[in-house]
Amino acid sequence: MSGHSNDNISSKELWGGGRSPYGISYGKMYMWFFLVSDALTFGGLLSAYGFSRAGSENPWPIGEQVFRALPGLEGKYPLIYVALMTFILIVSSVTMVLAVEAGHRNDKKGVIRWMLATIIGGFFFLGSQAWEWSHFIHGGGGSFLLAKEVTVTAENGNQYILPAGEPIFMDHHFGELAEGYANGDRNVELQSDHGHVKLIAYGEHTHEAELLALTINKYITDEQDISGADAAKLWEARSNSFKFGANMHENEYAMQQSYANFFFFITGFHGFHVFSGVVINIVIFLMALKGVFERRGHYEMVEKVGLYWHFIDLVWVFVFTFFYLI
Amino acid sequence: MKRDDLIVNDSYSLNATHSEEAGVKIRKNIIFVTVLLTAITAVEVAMGIVFKRAETYTWEAIKWTFVILTLVKAGYIVMSFMHLGEERNVMKKSVLAPYVVFIIYLFYILATEGFAHLFNHNNFH
Repeated sequence: MSGHSNDNISSKELWGGGRSPYGISYGKMYMWFFLVSDALTFGGLLSAYGFSRAGSENPWPIGEQVFRALPGLEGKYPLIYVALMTFILIVSSVTMVLAVEAGHRNDKKGVIRWMLATIIGGFFFLGSQAWEWSHFIHGGGGSFLLAKEVTVTAENGNQYILPAGEPIFMDHHFGELAEGYANGDRNVELQSDHGHVKLIAYGEHTHEAELLALTINKYITDEQDISGADAAKLWEARSNSFKFGANMHENEYAMQQSYANFFFFITGFHGFHVFSGVVINIVIFLMALKGVFERRGHYEMVEKVGLYWHFIDLVWVFVFTFFYLI
Repeated sequence: MKRDDLIVNDSYSLNATHSEEAGVKIRKNIIFVTVLLTAITAVEVAMGIVFKRAETYTWEAIKWTFVILTLVKAGYIVMSFMHLGEERNVMKKSVLAPYVVFIIYLFYILATEGFAHLFNHNNFH
């Protein structure tokens, strides 16, 4: 428990000097005040994201459509990976609170065990985030913009009139070769006969990919596949504007670069907090291992870094909702 | 070792302990909060999959449900995991008051600047 925090002390005595009116040590109090200011930074970032999104004229990508891949698995798993990351962070928050609890009982072994579990959880989260960044940067299959208006029939039978400038998305295999083709790679050749469009990449191994289907509205609403002659029609109407994955200048997910920039900044800033947290956790783990806290007579340092670690979980809860879900 | 983290007459750090029996109870509560947070996250993801954004009318309600569930999660993390619920009242208020100000500020800026993007697209005055 929190020491004298629940004692009934008259306010005259409490504020009379010689004691902390807050009922906690200065170290813990300043960890709290640091977290208050840090949370305002994240609050500012998420508010900026909200304003940019509300003020955007072009449709904003939907989290479930953009983040739906799992490592090594084909298919659509909307937000499952992000939910898994959330779960990993919650669990590592739990092991941390168990370390704090063990500290309150002066149980050195318990603190060491749970701190170690927390560090492992932190590394798991960092690895997950690295994978997600890599996937976001590499993208699905890339997209190109239409140079003129095209009318196509989708596989659900509906007709769509697509204006010039509309992004059209390629599948993973075709897009991979299209990236070389769009960049002027001389080893990639475009072949087209009887409405069958094919890209061939010559090299040590020859790769080829046929244009089977293209996708419209991929990241912004219910996507539709366009195949056959209609897909070839879209391909013929392409402009020179290709986009592959995401970087600091362009991204295939949205017309607005601010979408990718906010992704990089918000999750990157949070990820850097996690990284710092893991480093601090390792320091505290080593101190516990060497018996510093045992000699000191209390494990309050575990509680202080615990506050920071829970804060990271807290921020992720908000990022999860406001960046991915809504 | 010389103690450098104590204020005269008090030892907040040394007294922040509890017994084995109390620990059992606290750990039970920790497990409960864990299950709750995980369940809420699962519900949020399921809602995101089931409900489509095209139906704008429902989506408004879903969005607010997400916000409320998030605040519930945040509340449990801060009050239970971070033990703010066990701190003195004045400590709780010092931590939470800035956010009340922040939220009021956000409402103010939304009300005054929220439509700014509808005007003056290409020039900043």
